[in-house]
Amino acid sequence: MLPEQITPGLLVFAAMGGIAALAALGVILFPNAVRSALCLVLNFFVLAGLYFTLGAELLGITQIVVYTGAIMVLFLFVIMLLNLAAPQQLNEKGDIKKPLGVVMGLGMLALILAQLQVAIGKDFGPRSEANFGTPEVVGRTLFTLYAFPLEIVGILLVVGIVGSILLAKRKI
Amino acid sequence: MRGILQILTEEWTTSLPGWVQALLRALLLVLPLLILVPGLIWLERRLLSWMQDRIGPNRVGPKGLLQPIADGVKLFFKEDITPSHIDRFIYFIAPAIALFPAFAIGGTLPWGPLYWLTPVADVNIGILYMLAISSLGVYGVVLAGYGSDNKYSLMGGLRASAQLISYELAMGMSLAAIVLATGSLKMTSIVYLQQQPLWDTVNILQNWFIFTPFGFISAVIFLICMVAETNRAPFDLPEAENELIAGYHTEYSSMKFAVFFMGEYAAMFVFSGVFAAIFLGGYNLLPIRWEVLSELAPSLAGFCRFMEWMNVNFSWLWFLGKCAFGICVYIWIRATLPRLRYDQLMSLGWRSLLPIAVTNFMLVALWMVVSRVYGPANGWISYFVGAIIFAIGYSNVTSASRRAKGDTLEQRGITMTDGGARRTIEVIK
Repeated sequence: MLPEQITPGLLVFAAMGGIAALAALGVILFPNAVRSALCLVLNFFVLAGLYFTLGAELLGITQIVVYTGAIMVLFLFVIMLLNLAAPQQLNEKGDIKKPLGVVMGLGMLALILAQLQVAIGKDFGPRSEANFGTPEVVGRTLFTLYAFPLEIVGILLVVGIVGSILLAKRKI
Repeated sequence: MRGILQILTEEWTTSLPGWVQALLRALLLVLPLLILVPGLIWLERRLLSWMQDRIGPNRVGPKGLLQPIADGVKLFFKEDITPSHIDRFIYFIAPAIALFPAFAIGGTLPWGPLYWLTPVADVNIGILYMLAISSLGVYGVVLAGYGSDNKYSLMGGLRASAQLISYELAMGMSLAAIVLATGSLKMTSIVYLQQQPLWDTVNILQNWFIFTPFGFISAVIFLICMVAETNRAPFDLPEAENELIAGYHTEYSSMKFAVFFMGEYAAMFVFSGVFAAIFLGGYNLLPIRWEVLSELAPSLAGFCRFMEWMNVNFSWLWFLGKCAFGICVYIWIRATLPRLRYDQLMSLGWRSLLPIAVTNFMLVALWMVVSRVYGPANGWISYFVGAIIFAIGYSNVTSASRRAKGDTLEQRGITMTDGGARRTIEVIK
C-alpha cells in the first residue's frame, strides 16, 4: 500500500514534474533546433499542468495561451524559416561561458536543495486557500490591490508594441 | 422545471460507482465525435454537390450514406508510403497532434443543463481553455510541414502558423466582449445568461448573444476566425492545392492522411459546438422563455409546459442540431467563396477583424457602465452612439493617413479580350 502522504494528486504532480524536467533537459541536449523547441513546448505544456494541480487555473491556462500557443509557434516559425541545420557550428569551444555556467548551475542547485531540505518530510499537499487561482480572485486582486502596477505594466506593453512597430517599419 | 428524464438520469448516474460515471462521461466526449465524423463527410459531399448542381456520392447504401465507410476501408488498405528523408519522429507524431485539440475542446461543450452532460469538466476557465487548446491545433500542421522534408509541405506549415497567430487575436478579442458581458468564463454560465430576458427589456424572449448588437458583431468575427482556425475554405491556404499540391499533408498517405482528415472534421464539429454554446443559446431549442409566455397567455400554458419539458429533456438534441447548422454554414461558405490571396488573408485579419473586435470590446464596457447606471435603454443608445463615433474617427484617420502618404494604391488594369470595358483592380501595397 501507498503511504498516507502519497495521494493520487501527488503522483500526478510528480509525474508531470518528471516530464517537465526531462523536457527541460531535452531543450539543452538536443543538437537539432526544432527538437529543442518541441521539448520547450512540451515543458511549457506540462508546466501548465503543474499549475493546474496546484490550483492556479488561470496561471496555467495563461501559460498555454501565451507561451505554448503563441510564442512557441513564432519560435518554430522562425526556426523553420531559417532552417537551422549544421548543429556542429553551434558548438562553442574554449569559451569561458561553459565553466561559468556550470558554477552558476551548481549554485542554483544548492539554493533549490536548501529550500527542499526544509520542506522534505513534511506535508506535501498544496497549501493554498480555496479558489486561490480562479479568475474571479485573480481579477479582483489585480484591479484593487495591484491596480497601479497593472496600469504600469499596461503602459510598458503599449510602449513595447509601438517600439516594435517603429523598429519593423522602414518608412513611417 | 425538472423533467422526469432529468431526475431519473441524475439519480441513476449518481448511484453508479465513480469509475463508471467517469467512463460514461468519457464516452459522451468520444462517441459523438467518432460517430459523427463519417456522417459529416457524407453531409459535406452531398450538400456541396447539391449546391453545385451535381449529384454527389449516391451509390453506396441508401442515399450514399455508407460512402464514408467505403472511403475508410479504401484509406485503410491503401499502400502506406513513408518518404525516406523525413524526420521520422516528427513525421509520425504530427497527425496525432492534429487530432488532439478537437477532442480536448470537445470535453467542455455543454450538451445540456445537467452537470454530467458536459463531458469532462465544466471548467472555470472554459473560454480561455477553448482558446488555449485551439491554438495548439497548429502544431500538427506545422510539424507535418517540417517533418515531411518537402518544400511545399514546409510552405504549408509556415502559412498555417502565420495564419493562426493572426486570427487567434481577433478570435480572443471577439470572445472577450462576450466574457465581459457575461462576467464569467464558464460555458454553462454563458448559456445560462442567454436564458435571461432579451436586451434586459423584452421579457418573453431569451437573450441569445447573436440577437444583441455586440453579440452579433462578435459572432460574425468569431465565425470568420473559426473558419480560419480550422483551415477550411476560403482560408485553406496551408493546403492550397493550386499552389502547394496538398500543402502540409502532401507526403502523408493512407491512414495518416485519414487522421488529418478526421482531425479537420472533428475540429469543425467542435468549433460549431462552441459557436452554438456561446452565440446561439447553447442547448435551448427556441429563444422563447416558456414560463413567461404561459403567464402572459394562460390558454397556451399546456403547450408551454410541453415545450419546456422538451427543452430540458432533449437538450442534447437541440445542441446537436445547432452543431449541424454550424457545419452547414461551413459547407455553405466553402461552396460560395473563392480562396483568399495570402495578403488578403493577412489584411483581413489584422486590418479589419482585429480593430472591429477591439472596438466592440470597448463599446461593450461602455454599454455595461451606462446600462447599469442609467438603465438598459440608455445603455443601447450609448452603444450605438459610441459605434458611430468610432466609425467616423476611424474613417477620418485612414483617409488622413492615405492623404499624408500620397497615392499608395497601385492601379492594375485588365483589358478584356472581347473588347469589353476596361476594368481596374485596386491593389493595396
